[in-house]
Amino acid sequence: MPGSGRGARPWVGAEVLRKEDEALLTGRARFIDDIAPVPGLKHAAILRSPHPHARLAHIDVERALALPGVVGIVTGAQLAQVMAPMPSVVKAPIKYFPCAIDKVRYVGEPVAVVVADSRYIAEDALDLIDVAYEPLPPVVTIEQALDESAPPIHERLGSNVVSRRRFRYGDPERAFAEADRVFELAYEYPRYASTPMEMFGVIAQFEPAPDRFTVWSNFQGPFVLQPLMANALKVPGNRLRLITPPFSGGSFGIKQAVSSYIVLLAAASRVLGVPIKWIEDRAEHLTAASASGDRLGRIAAAFRRDGELIGLHFHNVANMGAYIRAPEPASVYRMHSTSNGCYRVRNIAIENDLVVTNQTPIGLNRGYGGPAFYFALERIMDIAARGLGIDPAELRRRNFIPKEAFPYTAPAGSILDSGDYAAALDELLARADYAALCERREQRRREGRLYGIGFAAGVEPSGSNMAYVSLAQTAEQRAQADSKSGANASAVVAIDPSGQVTVRIDTSPNGQGHATAAAQIVADALGLRPQEVDVVTEIDTLTTAWSIASGNYSNRFAAIAVDAIAKAAQKVADRLKHLAAELLEASPEQVELAEGYARLIGRPEQAVPLRRVAARAHWDSVGLPGGMTPGIYEAVVVSPPTLKAPDEQDRIASAVTYGFVVDVVAVEVDRETGEIHIDKYVSVHDVGKRINPLIVEGQTLGGFVHGLGAALMEELAYDREGNFLSGTFADYLCPTAPEVPPITIGYIETPSPMNALGAKGMGDGSSMLAPAAIANAVADALGREDIRLPLTRERVWALANGKALPERLARSASGRAAPGDRRGLNGEGEVALPAPPVEVWRRLIDPAELAAIVPGCRELAPAGANRYRARVELGVAAVRGLYDAEIELRDQDPPRFLRLVGSASGALGHGTLEGDVHLAATADGGTRLSYRYRMHVGGKVAAVGSRLLDTVMRVLIAGFFRALERRLAPRPAHRLRAWLSRCWRRIAGRTP
Amino acid sequence: MKPVPFDYYRPGTLAEAADVLAALREDAAVLAGGLSLGPMLNLRLARPRAIVDITRIPGADGIEVRGGTVTTGALLTQADALASPEIAREVPLLRLALPWLGHFQTRNRGTVGGSVAHADPSAEIPLCLVTLDGTVVLRSRRRERRIAAREFFVGALATARAPDELVVALEWPRAPADAGHAFEEVAQRRGDFAIAAAACRVRLTPDGRIAEAAVGIGGVEPRPICVDTRPLLDCPAGNADAIADFAALTVKSLAPMEDHVARAEYRRALAQALIARVLKTAIASARKHSEGGG
Repeated sequence: MPGSGRGARPWVGAEVLRKEDEALLTGRARFIDDIAPVPGLKHAAILRSPHPHARLAHIDVERALALPGVVGIVTGAQLAQVMAPMPSVVKAPIKYFPCAIDKVRYVGEPVAVVVADSRYIAEDALDLIDVAYEPLPPVVTIEQALDESAPPIHERLGSNVVSRRRFRYGDPERAFAEADRVFELAYEYPRYASTPMEMFGVIAQFEPAPDRFTVWSNFQGPFVLQPLMANALKVPGNRLRLITPPFSGGSFGIKQAVSSYIVLLAAASRVLGVPIKWIEDRAEHLTAASASGDRLGRIAAAFRRDGELIGLHFHNVANMGAYIRAPEPASVYRMHSTSNGCYRVRNIAIENDLVVTNQTPIGLNRGYGGPAFYFALERIMDIAARGLGIDPAELRRRNFIPKEAFPYTAPAGSILDSGDYAAALDELLARADYAALCERREQRRREGRLYGIGFAAGVEPSGSNMAYVSLAQTAEQRAQADSKSGANASAVVAIDPSGQVTVRIDTSPNGQGHATAAAQIVADALGLRPQEVDVVTEIDTLTTAWSIASGNYSNRFAAIAVDAIAKAAQKVADRLKHLAAELLEASPEQVELAEGYARLIGRPEQAVPLRRVAARAHWDSVGLPGGMTPGIYEAVVVSPPTLKAPDEQDRIASAVTYGFVVDVVAVEVDRETGEIHIDKYVSVHDVGKRINPLIVEGQTLGGFVHGLGAALMEELAYDREGNFLSGTFADYLCPTAPEVPPITIGYIETPSPMNALGAKGMGDGSSMLAPAAIANAVADALGREDIRLPLTRERVWALANGKALPERLARSASGRAAPGDRRGLNGEGEVALPAPPVEVWRRLIDPAELAAIVPGCRELAPAGANRYRARVELGVAAVRGLYDAEIELRDQDPPRFLRLVGSASGALGHGTLEGDVHLAATADGGTRLSYRYRMHVGGKVAAVGSRLLDTVMRVLIAGFFRALERRLAPRPAHRLRAWLSRCWRRIAGRTP
Repeated sequence: MKPVPFDYYRPGTLAEAADVLAALREDAAVLAGGLSLGPMLNLRLARPRAIVDITRIPGADGIEVRGGTVTTGALLTQADALASPEIAREVPLLRLALPWLGHFQTRNRGTVGGSVAHADPSAEIPLCLVTLDGTVVLRSRRRERRIAAREFFVGALATARAPDELVVALEWPRAPADAGHAFEEVAQRRGDFAIAAAACRVRLTPDGRIAEAAVGIGGVEPRPICVDTRPLLDCPAGNADAIADFAALTVKSLAPMEDHVARAEYRRALAQALIARVLKTAIASARKHSEGGG
C-alpha cells in the first residue's frame, strides 16, 4: 500500500490514499440531504416557469393552499418585500432576484416556493397553482440578442447588449498590417454544464430578535458572494451564518450557483416562519441551476511566414443568460490577462460584448471561460499550421514562451510563474509516438478512410485575483470604487491538550481530496503520519477564519491554500521544537520532529513524544519558555503579493500559478454513421510539484472526461422558441465509462515560486483543451474548418458527407436567424373522405362534431364567434395529461379552406398549433382533405420528451382526421373497407 | 421528481393481475421493471391512478424450449436472458442484441416483457421479435390470445394490447442451425436509445446464395419494421454490390422520424449503412455455420 509506512516521508509527493474515501465508499459520508440540523424542518418545492419569456399576470394559490399538509406558499411579489436585488459588477439596470417578480425570463425561473410537510405534498401542491402567463417574444440566440430591434428582456436596459468593452495590448493594428498571413475563424461555442452526482441543497432557518439566518448548504464559494447574499436578505454579514456539511457530492464549479437558492429559501423561511429544506432534483438542475456560457466568437491571428505569431484579435460575444448573476461576467475575464495563451505574442486586441437572452443565467463551471477561450486560440493555431505548411506541434514550439523567460509578464498582465513548455511538448510527442501517428494517418487516408490529428496547448491559471472581474468596468469606473486585489487563504493548525492535531482550511472541497493533501503537508512539518492529522473542511462563517476569496474554485487549493497550510504547520513545528528543546536540554535548532517524537538531530534516542510536548503548552502555561503564549493554535492568512489591482491600461495578474497542459488526439471518423473513434489521446501536464500524484491523476482524468463530453455530446439545448430541450440525462448526454477512450498521461514538473511547496493549481486541465484538440482532429480528418461542438453523430455525418447542418443550429450568412427559420414540429398530410366538401365543412364548423373529432375531447363550448374552449386529454400510453385548449377557426372560405389555430396548456406543458386545411371535391363524390400544420410545444414535455414529441404529435393529428373520416363514413362501409384492406395486405404478402 | 399519489397493487399471480387490470383498465400502469415507467412517474409525465406491480409474480420469468418455439416469460430480466445458454443457442439474434440494450445495471431490472409492452420505437427486443416474426402472448381475465409481433406494435409507445391485457410471454422461433445472425446499432452513446438499429437473420443455399433473409429496422419509424427482402433471394451472398443496391433501394420507402437528435435524412442514411452491415455480418456467420457443420 503506497505511503502506509512511517518511513515514507516526505509525505508531500507520495501516493497517499485519500482520507475521504473510506466514508464515501462505505456509505457513511454525510451530505446536505443527510443532515437535519434543526427540528421541525418543512420541505420546499419550487414552481418554475414553463415559458422562456412571459409576463406574470396572475398567480392563484388558493387551491394549493387548501391541500392538507401545505404550510404556505410564497410568491415573488411576497419575497420582494423581504429581499433586495443581488448586484453584479456590470453596472446595468438589471435587477436580479432569485424569484420572478412580474416577468419570467427563462424556462425554469422560480415563480413561487411551496412549503409542505413533505416534498411529495409540496410537488402535489405545485400542480394546483394556477398561473396566468402572457407569453412575450423570446430572445433565444446570441444573434437575436445582438439585433437592436429585438424586444429587450430587461426593459430599462433598452436592448439586450449589456456591456461592450474594447482592449488593446501592444500594437495589434501594426501587427496585422505587417503580417505575412492572417488566419480567421468565426465559431460558436456551446452551452453546457457540470453535472455533479449531488445537486443543490439548502436548509434555511430564520430567527428573529435579532433578525438572523442560519443556512446549511452545499455552497462551494466563492465567499465573496456571502456579503452579497446578506445584503439581499437585508441583514448584516454576521447575521447570515453559512454552514457546509462534511461531504459534498461534487461541484466542478456549479455549486457557486446555490447562492441564489440560499437567498430564495432563507427569504421564504422568513416569510413563513419555519425552517425549510430544499433539495434540487435533476430536472431542476439541468433546466435552471446554471451553465457555462455559450459564445459566438471570431478570432484573427497574424503570422510571419516563418510561423511567428505576432498578433491576435479576439471578438467574444458571451451569452450571460437572462441575468448577470455575480460573479459573472467573470467567465469572460478569467482568461483575459492570459489572452496570449502559452505564446510570446505581444500584440492583442480584445472585444468583449455581453448579451442577455431568455436562457438560464450562467456561472462557474470547470475551466471557467477556459474551454471557449482555448477553442478559439487553439483552433486557429492548427488552422494556421495547415495554412503555413508547418507541423502544428512545431508551429506551437516556435511560439512558446521560452523557459528562460519565467517569470514572464504577459501583455495583458498575467505573471506566468514558471514553465518549460518545449519540454512538455517533447514529452507529449514521445509518448504519442507522433511520427508513427502521422504515418498511420497517411496509411488510413490511402485506404480512403477519414483520419485526423489535433493538438491543443495552454496554460492553466489558478488562484484567482479577486479583482480581475472588475475588468468588466472601465478604468474610470474602477477609480470611483474602492480598490480590490488579492486572494486570501487561511489555515489553522492546532494541537489540543491530548496532543491531537487538527487542521482547518477554508477551501470547502467538493471531493478533490483537500483533507488528504493538507494532512500530508502538516504531517511532513510535524513528523507525523497523515492518518494522525485530522482536517476539518466544513465552513461555518461564524467560526471559520474565512474571507471573500474562500471557497473551492479556480484551483486555489494547490495554488494558494497550501501556502497557508504549510506556513501554519511550520509555526506549530517551530513552537514544538522550542518547547522540546527545553525538555531535551538543547537548542531548538538541534531538534527535529519525526515519527511522532521531538528528538535531537543525530541522536534519535534523545526523544520526547510530541504528545507530551504539545500537552505542556496547555497544562503548564505559566511555566512555558520565556515569552511563549499558551496553547498551540496557529492561524495564517496569506495573499499572494503578485495579485495587484488592475492598472489603468487594464492589465492585471489574474492568477497566482500557471500550469501547462498540452494534448494530442488522433481520431477516425466513420463516414457512414458519423461516429468518432478516438484512436489515441495523450496529455502532458505541468502542475509544478505534485502533492499527491494519485489525486493529481484522478483530477487529470476527470478534466479530460469533462472536455470529452463537451467535445462530443454535452449541450444544454434550446429550440428557437426558447424551450429547453435537455431536461433529463436521456437528453443531456454525459460521457459514461464506455465512451472514455484509453488516455496516456504524462507529467513534467517546474516548481512554482509562488508557494512554499512549489505546487501549482490543477484540476481544470484538459476540460479546457480537449474540446479544441478533438475539434482540430476532426477538422483534420474531414478537411473542413467549420466545426461546431458538440460533435454529435448527426453533425459529424453531415460534415463528412457535405450535408447541411441540422436546422436548429444552422444560421444564415448574415449571422441573424432568417425570418421564418423558426423551429417547430411541422407536418402535412392528406386524407380521402367519403363525403362531399360541403358535408365535410359542415362537420368541421359544428361544435358538437368538433367535440367528437378532437382527440381526447372531454368538453367543448363556444367562446365567441368561431372560437371554442375545450378540455382535452392528450397523450400516448401512460403519458397523458388534461389540457385547457382554445380552438379558433379562421379565414374561412367555405367549403374550400379554413385555418385552425389552437393553443393548449396543462401540467405537462403548453403548445400552439396552426393548421391550414384545404378541401377539394373528388370525382367519386368525396373530398380530398389536405392539411399542413406547424406546432410549438414547450414546458416539461419539451424538456424531457422531445425525442418522441414529433412522432406523438403526428399520431394525435392523424387521430383527428381519422376521427373525422369515421364520423363521415357510414359504419358498415368503413368496416368493410378496413377488412378489405387487411385482406389485400395479407394477399400481397407485405409485412406491415 | 416525486410521483403523484397512486394506489399500489401487488398481485401474487398472473390471474390476480388480470383481475386487477380488468377492474382498473386505463387507470392502471403495469410495473414490470420500471425502467421507463419509473422516470415517467417521477417526472409526473405518467399520472396513473394505480400501479400494478407484477415484478414479484413467481414463475413468469422462465425460458422454455418446446418444439420450434422458445417461450420467454414476460418477467425474464434482460440480464438473465443475456446469460442464458438456451437464448444463446436458440435465439442467437436476441443474444446479439441484448448487450446493446441499456447498461449492465439496467439490464438487471429491465424485463423482456416490459420492453415489448412499452414499445419504444428504438427498443432492441421488439426489433428482434419483429425481425424473427415472433409472437406476443397476452392475457386478460377473459382469455389468453397470441398476436404476431408484426401486428402488435402499432406506433410509438402504442401496441395492440387492450387496457385489460397483460403481456405474459413472448414466443421466439428457434433458429435453424445454419442461420446467420447480426445486430447493429448507432446511438449517441453505448446503451442510449438507438438512432437507428438493424437486425438480420440469413440462410444460404449450399451453393452460397441467399435462401432466406429477414431484416428489421428499429428507431427509424415509429415502430420496428421488417423490410421486404425478396429482391435479395437467390442473390450470391458474396455480391456486395447487390447488397449495397438493396440497402439503398430499401431505405427509399422508409418514413423516418424526426427529432432534435436526428433528421429523417440522417436516419435513412444510417438505416442504409446498417442494413448493408448486418447482411454482411449475418452472411459471414451463416457461412461459418455451414463450414462448421460440414
